[in-house]
Amino acid sequence: MNPWDEFVSRLAAGATLLSLWGEPERVHLALLDGGAIRHLARDCPDHRYPSLGARFAQAIRLERSARDLYGLDPVGLADRRPWLDHGAAPHAYPFLPVEGEALHQIPVGPVHAGIIEPGHFRFTCDGETVVRLEARLGYVHRGVERLMAGAALAAAAKLAGRISGDSTVAYALAFAQAVEAALGVSPPPRAIWLRAIMAELERLANHLGDIGAICNDGGFSLMLSHCAILRERVLRAADACFGHRLMMDRVVPGGVAVDLASKGISALGALIAELHARFPALVTLYDLTASLQDRTNGTGILHADLARRFGAGGVIGRASGRDFDARRSPGYAPYDALAFTVPVLGEGDVNARIWIRIKEVEQSLGLLRQLLASLPPGAIATDLPSGPAGEGMALVEGFRGDIFLWLAIADGRVRHCHARDPSWLQWPLLEAAIEGNIIADFPLCNKSFNCSYAGHDL
Amino acid sequence: MRKTILQGLLRRPLSEPPLALDDPDIVTLARDLDLVSQRKLGRGLSIRAIDAGSCNGCELEMHALGNAFYDLERFGLRFVASPRHADVLAATGIVTRNMREALLRTYAAMPHPKWVVAIGACARDGGLFAGSPVCEGGIGAVLPVDLWIAGCPPTPRDLLEGFLTLLQPRTAAVGSSRGEKSGRLAER
Ligand code: SF4
Repeated sequence: MNPWDEFVSRLAAGATLLSLWGEPERVHLALLDGGAIRHLARDCPDHRYPSLGARFAQAIRLERSARDLYGLDPVGLADRRPWLDHGAAPHAYPFLPVEGEALHQIPVGPVHAGIIEPGHFRFTCDGETVVRLEARLGYVHRGVERLMAGAALAAAAKLAGRISGDSTVAYALAFAQAVEAALGVSPPPRAIWLRAIMAELERLANHLGDIGAICNDGGFSLMLSHCAILRERVLRAADACFGHRLMMDRVVPGGVAVDLASKGISALGALIAELHARFPALVTLYDLTASLQDRTNGTGILHADLARRFGAGGVIGRASGRDFDARRSPGYAPYDALAFTVPVLGEGDVNARIWIRIKEVEQSLGLLRQLLASLPPGAIATDLPSGPAGEGMALVEGFRGDIFLWLAIADGRVRHCHARDPSWLQWPLLEAAIEGNIIADFPLCNKSFNCSYAGHDL
Repeated sequence: MRKTILQGLLRRPLSEPPLALDDPDIVTLARDLDLVSQRKLGRGLSIRAIDAGSCNGCELEMHALGNAFYDLERFGLRFVASPRHADVLAATGIVTRNMREALLRTYAAMPHPKWVVAIGACARDGGLFAGSPVCEGGIGAVLPVDLWIAGCPPTPRDLLEGFLTLLQPRTAAVGSSRGEKSGRLAER
């Protein structure tokens, strides 16, 4: 069996598709198979390769994008529509036809009513019930891969940190890990610990923001007000520790850019104490507010089978029975030296996604405490060797799920870099989760997924 | 729930006064407009946010303006859902080719008089994404920009200062869309 067919057979046997991406004249495939990442590149001088999307739905949008970006044709894929490239006639996009009596369509976006990223949602409804949702994305396609190609490592690291701003630490970490794998260097222990502190702060800030925002979309703004205060406290602590509220550009290839001073350590101690004092009351508030529970329970159910097939990462997968966390497996330092649990629920509804976030907030607080208690002394960065070429990969657990990143380095510059946001595999599932729900529950469902537009659109 | 509300009432408020920043490195007027804008806007500002190609970092900090610490509505600032209700278009990100049309339409849907505030490094000149073949450039490449707020992303405090510049007399540098400042201060 040739390697490509072998990969396809592993996929059919239950391996998880991590990503499919292009380069000029080459297509790449990465799988998560039995806890290990496997990568395969296939030359396609004729710009053609056999479509995976024809059999595995999770590959469809990835293949459409590789065609838009590099002209690689997935032979056998029925969906010939472009995805990231809106072309010269942006309105001419043919949505999939929906047939039936008494159906009506509601177009929403790309510009939404709040401070939100742009994307278009085409709802087909029967009365109030959504019978089909089809999303159209790509509005914030900035050409990240093209800008990366040929960029110096330092500049590319900054770009990686801006693929999806809410996950800037996770992306910078994925980029740094991939560079380090490609060049065969290891960052000093203190840098590894500081990276994890930043990553957990990022997770805390986002989960706190999301818990509040989901409840707000259920009409319960009290939670938003309180959660937003806690989120702000996290961002301020991050600023006090690392000099930037979102901690952009603090994780760099080779280590970290700033050390944690004693002032920062006390700020983190105060933050942990504050969250400990305030958060449990908010959890009780959520749990005991019947009107809110009525909105979140049984709403937007994502079935476990779909979550598994798509390899849905993060909260979305874990709320639908997918017991996966990249920090644990394949795993990376320092998490192998720390104690934490990965919460998993089976209901797959908005409520389950809120509870996973709640439990992960608690876990992150525990991790921060351990990280501070065991912070090793020493240097915070190693020099990178200049010159060597190589390829590297990383799978990093951001707050939204596992970020996969692959890159090739030549002459001290990035030759090619592909980053797959968890949203790639989550957006299509939102379309499944909303089916049969009333349209008024869409904001609630959407917020409970909280997929990234920028991370997906690249 | 009653307990939470009661506790909230009894605790001291968290909202902080904005610092008088007057930092020309952060807020840059594209033209001398403060007198004009003050007269027309009075003491309130309705802001329509639009993401023209941001990484969503700028959005996060705009969101933060609503939290108890910054509480933007104290100052007469509010985000509105419809461009028809907006005085100001707060635009973030480099303008992608795919968002150009939506950005233009949103601006066109706003009634006169209207102002455009470009938020963050990307909105100013494309930032790290400048030169991308699938982008148009900063907001200024597509719309007339009245004010730039620098930062990547600007902090909520920077944003507050920027928006208040439209309402209150204060100092701001006047610059060009290329990023270099003219050095002339709009002294008030
Ligand atoms: S200015 Fe910075 S934070 Fe804002 S959109 Fe650009 S990269 Fe993101």
